Amino acid sequence: MTLADITSAPPASMAKAADEFATLAPSPRELMRRRAKSHIGFLTGMAIILFFIILAVFAPLLAPHDPYDQNLTARLLDPVWGPKGTWAHIFGTDAFGRDILSRLMYGARLSLMIGFTAAAIAGVIGVTLGIVGGYFGGRVDAVVVYLTNVKLALPVILVALSIASISGGSIIVLILVLGLLTWDRYAVVVRSLTQQFRDQEFVLSSLAAGASHARIIFREILPNLTNQIIVVASLDMAIIILIEAALSFLGLGVRPPTPSWGLMVAEARAVMFFKPHLIMIPGAAIFLLVIAINMAGDGIRDVTSPEGRG
Amino acid sequence: MNQVSVNTEQPVLEVHNLTRVFEIGRSWLKEGKPLRAVDGVSLTVKRGEVLAIVGESGCGKTTLSRLMLGLQQPSTGDIRVLGEPLVGVDRKAFARRVQPVFQDPYSSLNPRKTIGEIVGDPLIIHNIGTPAERLARVEAVMEQVGLPRRFIHSYPSQMSGGQRQRVAIARALVMKPEVLICDEPTSALDVSVQAQILNLLQDLRQELNLTYIFISHDLSVVEYMADYVAVMYLGRFVEIGPAKRVLSEPKHPYTQALLDSILTPDPHKGLPNLNLGAGFPDPLNPPAGCRFHPRCVKAMPVCATVMPKLFHIEDTDVECHLYDGVKA
Amino acid sequence: MTKANSSNAPGGEAIIDVSGLSVDIAVPAGALHAVNDVSFSVGPAETLSLVGESGCGKTITSLAIMRLLPRAAKLTANHIRFDGQDLSRLNEREMTRLRGNRMGMIFQDPMTSLNPVYRIGDQLEEVYMRHRGASRKEARERAVFLLEKVGIINPGQRLTQYPHQLSGGLRQRMMIAMMLMCEPKLLIADEPTTALDVTVQVQILQLLRSLQKEFRMALILITHNLGVVARMADKVAIMYAGRVVEQGSVEDVFDRPTHPYTRGLLHCIPRHGLTAGHDRLGSIPGIVPSLVGNISGCSFRNRCSFVHDACGTGDVPLRPVSDVHDYRCLLSPEKLGETQQGVAAQ
Repeated sequence: MTLADITSAPPASMAKAADEFATLAPSPRELMRRRAKSHIGFLTGMAIILFFIILAVFAPLLAPHDPYDQNLTARLLDPVWGPKGTWAHIFGTDAFGRDILSRLMYGARLSLMIGFTAAAIAGVIGVTLGIVGGYFGGRVDAVVVYLTNVKLALPVILVALSIASISGGSIIVLILVLGLLTWDRYAVVVRSLTQQFRDQEFVLSSLAAGASHARIIFREILPNLTNQIIVVASLDMAIIILIEAALSFLGLGVRPPTPSWGLMVAEARAVMFFKPHLIMIPGAAIFLLVIAINMAGDGIRDVTSPEGRG
Repeated sequence: MNQVSVNTEQPVLEVHNLTRVFEIGRSWLKEGKPLRAVDGVSLTVKRGEVLAIVGESGCGKTTLSRLMLGLQQPSTGDIRVLGEPLVGVDRKAFARRVQPVFQDPYSSLNPRKTIGEIVGDPLIIHNIGTPAERLARVEAVMEQVGLPRRFIHSYPSQMSGGQRQRVAIARALVMKPEVLICDEPTSALDVSVQAQILNLLQDLRQELNLTYIFISHDLSVVEYMADYVAVMYLGRFVEIGPAKRVLSEPKHPYTQALLDSILTPDPHKGLPNLNLGAGFPDPLNPPAGCRFHPRCVKAMPVCATVMPKLFHIEDTDVECHLYDGVKA
Repeated sequence: MTKANSSNAPGGEAIIDVSGLSVDIAVPAGALHAVNDVSFSVGPAETLSLVGESGCGKTITSLAIMRLLPRAAKLTANHIRFDGQDLSRLNEREMTRLRGNRMGMIFQDPMTSLNPVYRIGDQLEEVYMRHRGASRKEARERAVFLLEKVGIINPGQRLTQYPHQLSGGLRQRMMIAMMLMCEPKLLIADEPTTALDVTVQVQILQLLRSLQKEFRMALILITHNLGVVARMADKVAIMYAGRVVEQGSVEDVFDRPTHPYTRGLLHCIPRHGLTAGHDRLGSIPGIVPSLVGNISGCSFRNRCSFVHDACGTGDVPLRPVSDVHDYRCLLSPEKLGETQQGVAAQ
């Protein structure tokens, strides 16, 4: 083709050759993967959580000793870095001669299990209330707001303490109480997000296509809330783990001799000035897990956040 | 309206005396103030025709479109598609007849769904066909609107504004509706993309013999697309008639002002002088008499007190006291 | 520089003179060349319009002049001369003294550019008191004076209201009044009427124009609406993919559009007399190329019907069509098909 041919083309008929669809932006999943790869907080948090999950799940295989096994001849042994430490008990032993490392692993089981199930119960309650109130508005919403306000006015620790002391430290009761006491955060976040999405044109389009309200809630709105729900759930889980530890520490949560981090700290109180590691090791485990969950939660928010108008 | 038309075919869409009143500021204790967002609107559209509704923000055109989509219930009045009444029936029945194309192609597509899911969703809602048949229909309608098949697994965030608006049109068409209600379908798009979408809408109209209600504030777009134009002011049609007639010989002073406000890209003309007094009135306290009279250059004493009647002049209906005494 | 962009304004010495302005924005994939070698000047009482579609760099250009770019953006320029100073060399403190004082900016959405928690009056007066060291009373008098100027009835009462109590048109009038408090020499208006109704748009444009003439301000009007440009601007710069592809006096550019993109744009607008049943609108197929990484050749070539091998390499310079009209294309205006009759003039 010569230049003359090209220039003789009428300007009104613009080139058809160019493909408007030649390039496509990367998919949301691809973008998330890219952002996740370079998000240090997210990666660290997830790595630590994964580490604890592996410890918890494979505790029976990984633990060097039975966590309940008492050995009165080997009481209060130093950890391996202490003056009389041995590799047989890396973190030493407690006042009953039980292996700290093994108890820590089984304790992770308990903390994660309680944190996860209680957060899930709270999530189901809070998300349901929030989405229903936010979507339908009006009187339904007034009820949701009222319930949330009542919940916010409850002193969580006090209620948990009294119920635990009455019922006497069953794990099931503990999970239910923690689940029923921490749903407000989900409800508040989900309600305000639902209000935003309810008026978006894609919800109107779905209504105009004849979709039922249930379908719109589950298929249109809920998928848009998952990121935020995961972030709230991570914060909630961290709080639940802390409350569980506190209750166990006060003797109102998990009953001895069950291995629980809070209980381990409580049991070490008597010897804390002679054997500070007995408090520091489970304390550090609680701290590490909670901060890792928070880091991962923040990371999920960053990684998944702005994509609507990409 | 438009009874003079010789076309005896049954109208696709008939709206009769539609009114929607909102109560503003209502609480448990006190009664609200009535806002007559749509106040006695009637229209008739035949198959393959385009009726444009023009007016300023707050004139009620969005409420009118929501009523015609069945998203809100009218306070009074009647909507019929092919003679079948749609007010009070199941929303699904409405959905098969009337479908929307919204203004903002960013908020009108669910960011969490693939294009295939978005376009095919109405078929699932109405339980139409097997999965294979649905897929075939989605692919066919995507082709109709000029979207390549491989987009079926893509997400809205991967696409440009024009591509997204094509997806929205595909979703509206997948159920083969009679009427498409296009609410400012191109005002969020760039000029060159606007032209592509207008061309597409025009092609689809001819191919599928579709009927459009075209809501827009851009009169140059309206002039290009519409067969009939309805000018809306504070909930009422103040002028309705064939587009050519209304846009070349406007009868209502408000239509004239709207026409004057078109800015054609002509550097030899300055800014037009609109002769429009005062701002848009508060819809909660509409002026007495003719609602337009506080802004009207041709206002007469009668305009402030008496609501003008509907006058039928040539093939246009107009509500204005200027035509008092003209035999309808 | 060619004659078109250095031409003296009718009112004498240019108020703002931009030369070789480029803005690169750091993105994960590299540098995004948002604005590339843009030059223009605007004189007193003169209006320059930056036109183009979303992503063409028109807003970034204005933010660069105001030095309000995001932190990831890097500005380079031969000079941005304003009122005897080179804006590209001022520090943040010196810029703060200029913004809202010697130069003002009006944004598209008047709701978000007025602070919802303060009364209108407080916001107007604060600007004047800060920049001019005036007393509250002087500031109030000035605010009332300007609200009358922008056509607001009963200004005293309006000053005590909050932004949400006003309609879109009124808010935009308030914004204009606020910008005029310190009598700036340069006003940048970024899509000032896009969010408004058509009738209000005309009224706001009229207001802007009469105030501009009265205060002899230079106005940079950023818009995608070619109708607004044609009726308001003295000079126009058509931007595409970060570059000016055509610039000159508004009559020249609209009467004799030369660059294929300019012509394509003018063909896309529905014109009087065209109906969908009989006529098709012109359209520009394809999409804007990515501005990330190294760019060579003409950025419009993937959408151009005149594309040939030479378009793909080297830099395409701005070339003169006439004394006051430049375009950025390798082909001569004759080759591109001379005048497009009937495109602009009807």
